[in-house]
Amino acid sequence: MKIDFSHRQFAHCESGVTANLLNHHGFPCSEALVFGIGAGLFFAYVPFIRINKMPLTTYRIGPGSIFKKATRRLGIEVRKQKFNNPAAAEKELDRLLVAGRPVGAQTGVFWLPFFPPAYRFHFNGHNLVVIGKDEDDYLISDPIFEEPVRCPASDLRKARFAQGAPAPKGKIYYIEKMPTEFDLPGAVTAGIRDVCRVMLKTPVPLVGVRGIRLLSRQLANWPTKLDEEQTILHLGHVIRMQEEIGTGGGGFRFIYAAFLQEAAELLENDRLLDLAGHCTDIGDLWRDFALLASRVCRGRAAVQDSFNDLAELLRQCAAEEEKFYRQLQAAICR
Amino acid sequence: MKKEDVPQQGGLNAGCREVNYAVDSDGRYTLEQSVGWEAKNIALRQAWTAIVAQLHAVITEIKAGKKSALAYHMVRKQMDSHLLSQYTGLAHWRVKRHLKPAVFARLDRTALVPYAELFGLSVDALRKVPDEPDLPLPEFDQAEGE
Repeated sequence: MKIDFSHRQFAHCESGVTANLLNHHGFPCSEALVFGIGAGLFFAYVPFIRINKMPLTTYRIGPGSIFKKATRRLGIEVRKQKFNNPAAAEKELDRLLVAGRPVGAQTGVFWLPFFPPAYRFHFNGHNLVVIGKDEDDYLISDPIFEEPVRCPASDLRKARFAQGAPAPKGKIYYIEKMPTEFDLPGAVTAGIRDVCRVMLKTPVPLVGVRGIRLLSRQLANWPTKLDEEQTILHLGHVIRMQEEIGTGGGGFRFIYAAFLQEAAELLENDRLLDLAGHCTDIGDLWRDFALLASRVCRGRAAVQDSFNDLAELLRQCAAEEEKFYRQLQAAICR
Repeated sequence: MKKEDVPQQGGLNAGCREVNYAVDSDGRYTLEQSVGWEAKNIALRQAWTAIVAQLHAVITEIKAGKKSALAYHMVRKQMDSHLLSQYTGLAHWRVKRHLKPAVFARLDRTALVPYAELFGLSVDALRKVPDEPDLPLPEFDQAEGE
């Protein structure tokens, strides 16, 4: 069976999944709007948590958070389930599909055969929508891809029960009930306020603007602290986290700028339009950083000078972002 | 990023196009498809180059009799002994023992089945190690990345 589900391609998996699910349940919206209401914009640099032996650097909040916050702020009732047993997880998924409900699922990327081989790393924070089953294949709307895809049940089972942090444990989620009316301006304002608070006021120096400054300080020391190979690998890892499929470019800053343009209309607030421009500039600054960093990687030369330049670019990003969030906070406090 | 600046530098994307956010001439955001960007192609190639280097190193170790064939397949699937233990449900100390050539050689077929199933290989294939790393990437060409 196949649910009649309109698949739209987006930049980011979780906000794309959420937007497509909301659309299916009669609330047409863009990915950017969901990303903004769900307060997806983020930064954290956590040197003592290792991903593939590299310090955790992330430009987005943890898996599940965008869906959770966006649906809560719009007053939508959702249901989430995790499983210990793969067979039970599959049975429940099939039951929901027969009932005609598209189901969001958290998966690992490594086991998904429809991913380009070069992108198949052990990353367990991927999201997709299961929209049907045809014999032994699941039909999947993965917002990263242009068209819906097929995936053998055995592969999806492995992907849903991928191991390592964060283990999805067969997690599925779906929309139970839509409200009769939405407080869209309220949800948008709450989303903006949330992002500003996290980026400016998180009380640990690893998160938000302070996290960017920490990365900047540590990155400048990599050439002296690490051997050349490790230095280059560390830098490449930061680029991948920022620009890999799913960010929409510039570590999600462009998606957020697109959200602010929509928010300016919804809240009838022209200040947000200017701030969208500022956010685009910040995204461009991150792109400059990625480009310079990639050239350092290509030259394979861990030259101290270029690391000083990179650190300076990051300090600029941090300074601009700090200004941006302060102005954004002021713009919605009316 | 402006619409006309959306990079179209293909690399390892196997024909997939992804969405970038960019502003059009009126300053409004639009969704633009991109086949890739130089900066991240470099980073991605670099990550795979590191995996290839790891595979070469493990093949050398296996040939020197320091590690079992299981080590190659583990690295080939980008795993370490901890992840392998989580996936197979075997205790970590047992997985570590199975990475030793003498212990691995004594294992019977049933002991190898969890590994074979996980890696999608036959038990016989699990006992073999290629001379050169067999990557799942047809378009991976190290020379290009340099």
